[in-house]
Amino acid sequence: MVNPPAVRDGTALSVRDLTVSYRAVRALHGVSLQVPRGEIVAVLGANGAGKTTLMRAISGVLRFHGGSVGSGQISCGETTLTKAAPHRIVASGVVQAPEGRRIFGRMSVEENLRVGGFHAPAEVRKRVFDLFPILGERRAQRASLLSGGEQQMLAMGRALMAQPKVLLLDEPTLGLAPKMAEHIANTVTEINRQGTSVLLVEQNAALALRLSNYAYVLDVGEVALEGASAELAASDEVRRRYLGVSEDATPVLAARRGITKWKG
Amino acid sequence: MTRFIELLINGLSLGSVYALIALGFVVIFRATEVVNFAHASLLLLGGYVTAVLHADLGFVGALAVGVLAAAAVGALIELVLLRRAKAPRQVVAIATIGIDIVLMAELSRRLGTQVLSLGDPWREKVVTIGGITVAQTRIAALVVAAILIGLFLLAFKYTSWGVSMRAVAEDSETSALMGIRLGRISMSAWAVAGALAAVAAVFITAFPTPGLDRTSSIAALKAFPAAILGGLDSVTGALVGGLLIGVTEALVGGYQNDLTFLGRGLGDVAPYVVMIAILLVRPSGLFGTREVSRV
Ligand SMILES: Nc1ncnc2c1ncn2[C@@H]1O[C@H](COP(=O)(O)OP(=O)(O)O)[C@@H](O)[C@H]1O
Ligand SMILES: [Mg+2]
Repeated sequence: MVNPPAVRDGTALSVRDLTVSYRAVRALHGVSLQVPRGEIVAVLGANGAGKTTLMRAISGVLRFHGGSVGSGQISCGETTLTKAAPHRIVASGVVQAPEGRRIFGRMSVEENLRVGGFHAPAEVRKRVFDLFPILGERRAQRASLLSGGEQQMLAMGRALMAQPKVLLLDEPTLGLAPKMAEHIANTVTEINRQGTSVLLVEQNAALALRLSNYAYVLDVGEVALEGASAELAASDEVRRRYLGVSEDATPVLAARRGITKWKG
Repeated sequence: MTRFIELLINGLSLGSVYALIALGFVVIFRATEVVNFAHASLLLLGGYVTAVLHADLGFVGALAVGVLAAAAVGALIELVLLRRAKAPRQVVAIATIGIDIVLMAELSRRLGTQVLSLGDPWREKVVTIGGITVAQTRIAALVVAAILIGLFLLAFKYTSWGVSMRAVAEDSETSALMGIRLGRISMSAWAVAGALAAVAAVFITAFPTPGLDRTSSIAALKAFPAAILGGLDSVTGALVGGLLIGVTEALVGGYQNDLTFLGRGLGDVAPYVVMIAILLVRPSGLFGTREVSRV
């Protein structure tokens, strides 16, 4: 795993050697990752590691934060998304449910879903209401009146209205009660089972590693570690650092970069 | 009492025209967070085009061209200032003052001392019902404004365009994230605002006003206090603000002979007095959510 093939066969989303800065400040350095078609890939990392920056770069909204892509490539299948306009990125099938949900609070649930996909066919709406029955019940309600968990469902439902090939989820369980987080997690699995690839950003490493097939760990803007989620979950290094388990043992996992500085 | 009702109808009519102008102003602000100080010159432009063409094209044809011209210039301002220059919003607002000065200077030069008719079919005709006499233009203004405002509100509530407009006003980044093309929304807002202003030009300059001259934009400026007192980012505010200013102006103007102790020309000053009074109590306007001082 020292040098993974640049683009695996059947890659839904690929990020290669991505560098992002906010004005003078580097936030990502040479980040590469892939989301194979039909899989859930997790991105872990502490606060400020650059997870949200990665999501913004993929969705093309860095400019709203004074950020820009310095170098690197983002592509979805054959389509190059690097520096593309956000609507093109959505049209090519990469859609995000952003950190903090960002639902349109002054609009109804129904209108929020419309924004997600103005021309979505009826069966897409139906799929969203099947996944999140509560949205159907509350469709005429002002979105700001929904609970945190319901708002997360709305943010995910809204993204699904665009029929994404790859769904980007930035901290979907942040601030939710454990039971609701569990519910969201199950829904992510179900969305994936229905054929959507998922790139999942989470601080809740235990949950993310359980849901995903493969995971990357970001540390100060670089990929510090990557591997099959089951292996990462079993690694002592990860357990100690991200899962809150403290025990001293030699790391068993092949790391790409940055592992040496952890030993210090 | 008859006098009061006449003044009230005139005031509501005037107010509905201010509401049309203020609506455009608010639509631009909501879509792009820019205070468009060139709004009055867009109105004058639409009116001028209509005035010049009505002899050849007829009133409706000329108005159609006037509306298109004002919409196109509105869209052009958006394209140049917001899209190409990508300047901060406050800078764009200042730049619209520059555009206003340029447009105004050119139109004033063309107008000279002329007073042009826009060729509207109502002319100086009046209707008298039960002893109440009102100019037909006033009735037409009310009806046309009500229809346009009604159509606008329906579009704002139900069409993809309207839902997108509201989404962008609430959170432009997330709107972009969902695939809404911000450039299109912002350009359409400027075009719609220009079009509404051009229609308003007809009624700003129609009887009992003598016609379109270089001071016509001063009348249009009264839509500013209307938009501001209603709340710069509120569509409802633009409508209520417009009516409030119109009625105030008509009533104060109508009764100013009884109010001479307050000085002359009170009808023209009253809108601003009302605006300041309301802003003292509610800094973000009657229905607004953003304080004017933060603009
Ligand atoms: N708008 C911004 N302007 C400047 N720096 C930013 C901005 N947003 C994030 N950063 C910086 O980029 C780094 C990564 O942040 P972020 O991507 O939000 O991390 P995460 O989502 O992993 O918590 C942090 O150091 C943060 O301070
Ligand atoms: Mg984040």
